[in-house]
Amino acid sequence: MEEILRVEHLTKVYENGILANDNVSISVNRGEIHAICGENGAGKSTLMKVLFGLEQPEQGDIFVKGEPVRIQSPSAAIKLGIGMVHQHFMLVDRLTVAENVVLGNEPRRGILIDREAACRVTEELGRKYNLEVDPTALVADISVGLKQRVEIIKALLRGAEILILDEPTAVLTSQETRELFEELRHLRDAGHTILFISHKLDEVKALCNRVTIMRGGRTLGTYELEGLSKSDISRMMVGRDVVLKIEKEPASPGAVELSVRGVEYWSELGKKMIDGVSFDVRRGEILCIAGVEGNGQRELVELITGLRSGGAGSAKLRGTELLGRPIRAARKLGMAHIPSDRMVYGVASSQSVKFNILAGKVEDARYTGKLLFRDRAIDRDMEALARAYTVKCTSADQTVGMLSGGNIQKVVVAREMSQEATLLVADQPTRGIDVGAAEFIRRRIVEMRDAGVAILLITADLNEALELSDSIVILHGGKVVAYFADTRALTEEEMGYYMLGVKSQTPEEVEGAVHAS
Amino acid sequence: MSAFFEAVGNVAFAAQILRVATPILLAALGATIASQAGCLNMGLEGIMLFAALTGVYVSSMTQNASWGAWAGLLAALAVGALLGALLAYLVLHLKTDATLAGVAINVIGSNATVFLMYVWTGSPGTSASQKSYVLPTVSIPVIRDIPVVGTVFSGQNVVTYMAFALVAALAFFLYRTPLGLRIRGVGLNPGAADSVGINVVGVKYLAYVLSGVLAAMGGAFMSMGYVSWFARDMTAGRGFIALAAQAMGRSTPVGSMLSSIFFGFTMALSNSMQSLSIPFELIEAMPYACTILALSAYAYQQTRKKKQSSGG
Repeated sequence: MEEILRVEHLTKVYENGILANDNVSISVNRGEIHAICGENGAGKSTLMKVLFGLEQPEQGDIFVKGEPVRIQSPSAAIKLGIGMVHQHFMLVDRLTVAENVVLGNEPRRGILIDREAACRVTEELGRKYNLEVDPTALVADISVGLKQRVEIIKALLRGAEILILDEPTAVLTSQETRELFEELRHLRDAGHTILFISHKLDEVKALCNRVTIMRGGRTLGTYELEGLSKSDISRMMVGRDVVLKIEKEPASPGAVELSVRGVEYWSELGKKMIDGVSFDVRRGEILCIAGVEGNGQRELVELITGLRSGGAGSAKLRGTELLGRPIRAARKLGMAHIPSDRMVYGVASSQSVKFNILAGKVEDARYTGKLLFRDRAIDRDMEALARAYTVKCTSADQTVGMLSGGNIQKVVVAREMSQEATLLVADQPTRGIDVGAAEFIRRRIVEMRDAGVAILLITADLNEALELSDSIVILHGGKVVAYFADTRALTEEEMGYYMLGVKSQTPEEVEGAVHAS
Repeated sequence: MSAFFEAVGNVAFAAQILRVATPILLAALGATIASQAGCLNMGLEGIMLFAALTGVYVSSMTQNASWGAWAGLLAALAVGALLGALLAYLVLHLKTDATLAGVAINVIGSNATVFLMYVWTGSPGTSASQKSYVLPTVSIPVIRDIPVVGTVFSGQNVVTYMAFALVAALAFFLYRTPLGLRIRGVGLNPGAADSVGINVVGVKYLAYVLSGVLAAMGGAFMSMGYVSWFARDMTAGRGFIALAAQAMGRSTPVGSMLSSIFFGFTMALSNSMQSLSIPFELIEAMPYACTILALSAYAYQQTRKKKQSSGG
């Protein structure tokens, strides 16, 4: 076995201080399909970006065919024979397939583009590698699977020997996935090397020769897939390095507050993202929706909170339908929402702390008179809220955009938790913020639960899912695959099996998420 | 009413349309190439003014009737290229808002040209006191002898022929050459262009410079096509009408040409109707009113199309 790519002791720290790759080492052989597996945030994508020259590492060495190299740009990567098929296609929709394929490397005839040659090379590569696609079609008009083929052809035309595919099946239907696998096997047999990033264990087992497992920015090791079971991979991928402890009493759930029934949703590309999801959230409990990113939880929470429209099924807040109704109606009924993207949906970053907390309360007679704001009441109460939620700011008039991530999130939390809500949807409430702020927010969530509020928690943080929530619903492939009424009985290994599709509960067990009311 | 038809129906009117459309067309082609690369050149008006003054000044300085006007034209184009590069630097390096940077160039253009003209001629109104030269008209053999057609298509200024030739040249450049494909790629999806190793900023620079050169040719035509002097604000909003023409022409060379001819028609019409007993101000406002109407009609049709495609 000839080694084509080796990475040694690579470390990448992002500007915001996140250690994305920590002493990563990996060795890839020529002519293999090599899987890179890891949870969200395990550092897979960062490693691939470094290999394709999109990010520069702080430390470490990269060797291509035994030679030490520095990959400072995508063009440098391409020169070294490394090609990348991005998760979001890098294609120009309004140009033809052939034009996209040759863009930047145009065949010429005099001063003109040789269009025939462009079509010819596209067709030739297509025939050679079983990647046939009509070179004269507009990219805008072809299917997602074909667009991916065009991306692969682009990389091959530029002489890629090592192809990096970043979660290539995330956007594909199962038929397209099967076709892609055929194409990749064909490429492997022709001598190409493929780095396949995925957290779909079925696909990894079906397609790949070896797997490198990453966790928390580190590589745990590389293993032959033969003789390795899906549960072995899952156990290595999922694990907590530091166990988070949150002190709370066992929940004493009350009446059902939010009841979700048979929700379905199709993406714009026609892929079924949510497939018949049903569960209830009761007063005084924290229900967590867990799953590997891309398994429907994002769409689900956006449907419930009104950020996304479409789909089928129902989500009722104390009997009133939420789906298809304006966000304002849901908030009037008592829903508060800590959105996952605080900069887009959470705050108006150019406005003051005061007005960001006030938003949503402007109709309150305490703060708005017949015509004008009641400035004194606003100043007094918003100032008090900012203090109560320990927002570190010079005054409540400070612009939110000037604060740190943790303090911005506290502004969002202060607003949403002072809303007198009966249902709190907390979507990644502590993502990317400092430990102190995260701890504060988690404690507040527990306090709200104890006060009888129903809490729907969505989190990609395994620690948070296991420690903060009272019960858990696990999504895989858009379906509920498991329900655990009591999180305390659940281990991370067990959770990993369900999140990664190794195991799934019986329909009767899953039914447990639906409570008789 | 019969006076109206007399004004519009004669052959000279058709010839006038081409003449009046010329500076709009050149600036619209400038807007088109910028837009194809995903750039906004709001500074067309200012660039045209600078170019118009530069052309007159350089041609006057040469004191040479045979090539003075050509030297003026070249100098005007060079100034256009420089201003295009300046705009690119402001937008691409200093990350200024493209609209504001363009407006700044327009305001500077409007005032600095008057200042420079005053320094040069001592007059703040026109440079007519200084002798300058005009670019030649071209009489085309055979065609000039055909009745009607000859009157319209022969005997136009050389820049008018260049402008229409540039429509074809630009279409050819954008759709048939490697660099044209890269410009379109950069404009449609800069991320995709970048991922295949295209220098996105470099391509945008080039687009701004070419855009400046084309607008400058339109400006030079204003001061050296039929008159041989510069007057304050002599472009009178043509740089903005050109932006409208580009938008209506969907940023294609041929589309920009068609809409420029339309605007040329409305301006020629307002010129011709000045002999009628309609208030002067009303007639003067007509081309601009037509711009608004045309843009509204275009926007209406676009939104309806969008609704239909998203609804279906």
